[in-house]
Amino acid sequence: MRKLTYAGALNEALRLEMQRDPTIFVAGEDVGTYGGIFGVTNGLLAEFGPKRVVDTPITESAIIGMATGAAAAGLRPVVELMFIDFIGVSLDQLFNQAAKMKYMFGGKATLPLVLRTECGAGMSAAAQHSQCLESWFMHVPGLKVVLPSTPYDAKGLLISSIRDNNPIVFIEHKMLYGTEGEVPEGEYTIPLGKADIKRAGTDVTVVATLAMVPKALAVAEELSKEGISVEVIDPRTLTPLDEETILESVKKTHRLVIVTEEVGHAGSSAEIAARVAEKAFDYLDAGIRRVTAPFSPVPFSPALESHFIPSEAKIMDAVRAVLGAPETA
Amino acid sequence: MSEIPKETLLSIYETMVKIRVFESRVSELFAQGKLPGFIHLYIGEEAVATGVCAHLNPGDYITSTHRGHGHLIAKGGDLKLMMAELYGKRTGYCKGKGGSMHIADVDLGILGANGIVGGGPPIATGAGFALKYQGKDNVAVCFFGDGASNQGTTHEGMNMAAIWKLPVVFVCENNFYGISLSQERHQSISDIADRAAAYDMPGVVVDGNDVTAVYEAAAEAIKRARAGHGPSLIECKTYRYRGHFEGDPTVYRSKEELEAWMKKDPIPRFETNLKKMGLLDDARIMAIHKEMEDRVDEAIRFAEESPWPDPSELLEDIYTGPAVVV
Ligand SMILES: Cc1ncc(C[n+]2csc(CCOP(=O)(O)OP(=O)(O)O)c2C)c(N)n1
Ligand SMILES: [Mg+2]
Repeated sequence: MRKLTYAGALNEALRLEMQRDPTIFVAGEDVGTYGGIFGVTNGLLAEFGPKRVVDTPITESAIIGMATGAAAAGLRPVVELMFIDFIGVSLDQLFNQAAKMKYMFGGKATLPLVLRTECGAGMSAAAQHSQCLESWFMHVPGLKVVLPSTPYDAKGLLISSIRDNNPIVFIEHKMLYGTEGEVPEGEYTIPLGKADIKRAGTDVTVVATLAMVPKALAVAEELSKEGISVEVIDPRTLTPLDEETILESVKKTHRLVIVTEEVGHAGSSAEIAARVAEKAFDYLDAGIRRVTAPFSPVPFSPALESHFIPSEAKIMDAVRAVLGAPETA
Repeated sequence: MSEIPKETLLSIYETMVKIRVFESRVSELFAQGKLPGFIHLYIGEEAVATGVCAHLNPGDYITSTHRGHGHLIAKGGDLKLMMAELYGKRTGYCKGKGGSMHIADVDLGILGANGIVGGGPPIATGAGFALKYQGKDNVAVCFFGDGASNQGTTHEGMNMAAIWKLPVVFVCENNFYGISLSQERHQSISDIADRAAAYDMPGVVVDGNDVTAVYEAAAEAIKRARAGHGPSLIECKTYRYRGHFEGDPTVYRSKEELEAWMKKDPIPRFETNLKKMGLLDDARIMAIHKEMEDRVDEAIRFAEESPWPDPSELLEDIYTGPAVVV
């Protein structure tokens, strides 16, 4: 099958959807002339023109608030927040306005809006350009949270997100943009709330998100050489969370490791661990392990950043630990 | 210009050259792959930071931006500690934790470069609040871009500084772009100084490539702030020569536009004036350039010979007091 990069797959999803539905518009900082700072909106201005591909001032509150108002008034905005960290500038419009409008209005508002953003460490972009903040959004009723790890998922999930009638925070990972994978031509959707078993296995369940998915898969491959069979699950959406797939897997493997680049404290990993502890405790043969970033802002120096980001060695150790082996890393 | 003391004029010239040399070398080092992360250079805009900071002493505060190296150098930042930080070394200003976008020297009154566009104005307002509270006659200067002039935080900070007559000077570096978006596409006014009227504070437009014009406008605003009469806004029209960040292909602007601005380069312009005044000659100019090259060389050597931070330092400096274990 044809291969595309993660960025290319997202770009194709945007193009196909914009061709299909004239109420969809794209807006954000440098999304037009520049094609997006990571290239995701490349070529859209040329194809759809400045009415539908809108370069905005550097005013994140107004970008998200404008999208909220435009959605309430009948359009389907897909707006870009250049770095997830900048949500700090614009929280109210998302958390208090977009997320709650439908409920506060007694159901009398529909907000089909997608906030595309990008997260993650790995570029020495330091503490204000590298965070993983998915749990912030998970914590707010009214929002859906989508986070693809492959080009295939990126395209299908973005199309589904655009077609969904709710405010969606669509989180990409900056270190995945260049990764390649098979992506079908044409449109297809992936249901929001359906995890994907990235690799089937029987001994240990590893739940991983975003850039931790390829790392978990590499670890699974490595351990298979020793006869250890690791099942890797990517939830793909955190709200809604596909508890079913995770619980089924744990009931089979009896062991769970959760891997996120987010800090562990009050992170998405904590929510997943709690669900399994509540609903599948009797099936567990070992304590749940989490592999996460330490509770620290993201450091600049590569010498520190490389220790901040969860490594394959740490994932490997956690898997061995739930299997009863002594740890090394 | 005639009233500016000769030593001040010379020191302004030296500072501009220092910034230019530092930034040019940083550009080369980045191209060689020696500097990680994002680097935003100040080349072409040296007159702004230099003309303003020439009035400041260590008790005065500045808040800077992502394009902060020039502000830091003009406020007295140490080249070695800056360079080591850009390399991500433990000996850098922030022990390698901050990098280019977060260099700070609180003892020198530098409240940090900033990775958030519009992050600085409320902070400068807060520093001004503290100075007034403490009864000091110091000031806080906020550097921010044309792009940042649209952020809510900028307006909120200015409004607060105005109602409480805080000693803050807002210095807008209008280089006509916020990344790819030109000023006429991001705001409907052409003089950002007009916005001062909304806060009932003085607002002036100056040629940001004329260091004496910047110096004089800053003198006025800083005098006013020190005297307790409240904030001012100075808009300096200038231009960045490099891309938004190193590696930016600059598809959004023309070569002609860049070349036209390079003809108005603040450094040769000031050089010519100083020569006319008999304060500089070619030999002296060469000597100053050589001195700055040597100092930057020394900074590079220091950075390259410095150790990396130890992984154990990752969890230090998060909280004041005992480490917080979660
Ligand atoms: C809140 C926020 N939004 C967006 C960015 C990305 N960004 C970094 S610098 C920049 C442009 C800033 O333009 P301006 O204020 O004019 O400063 P200049 O770069 O021209 O010096 C943008 C959009 C950011 N760092 N922070
Ligand atoms: Mg600008």
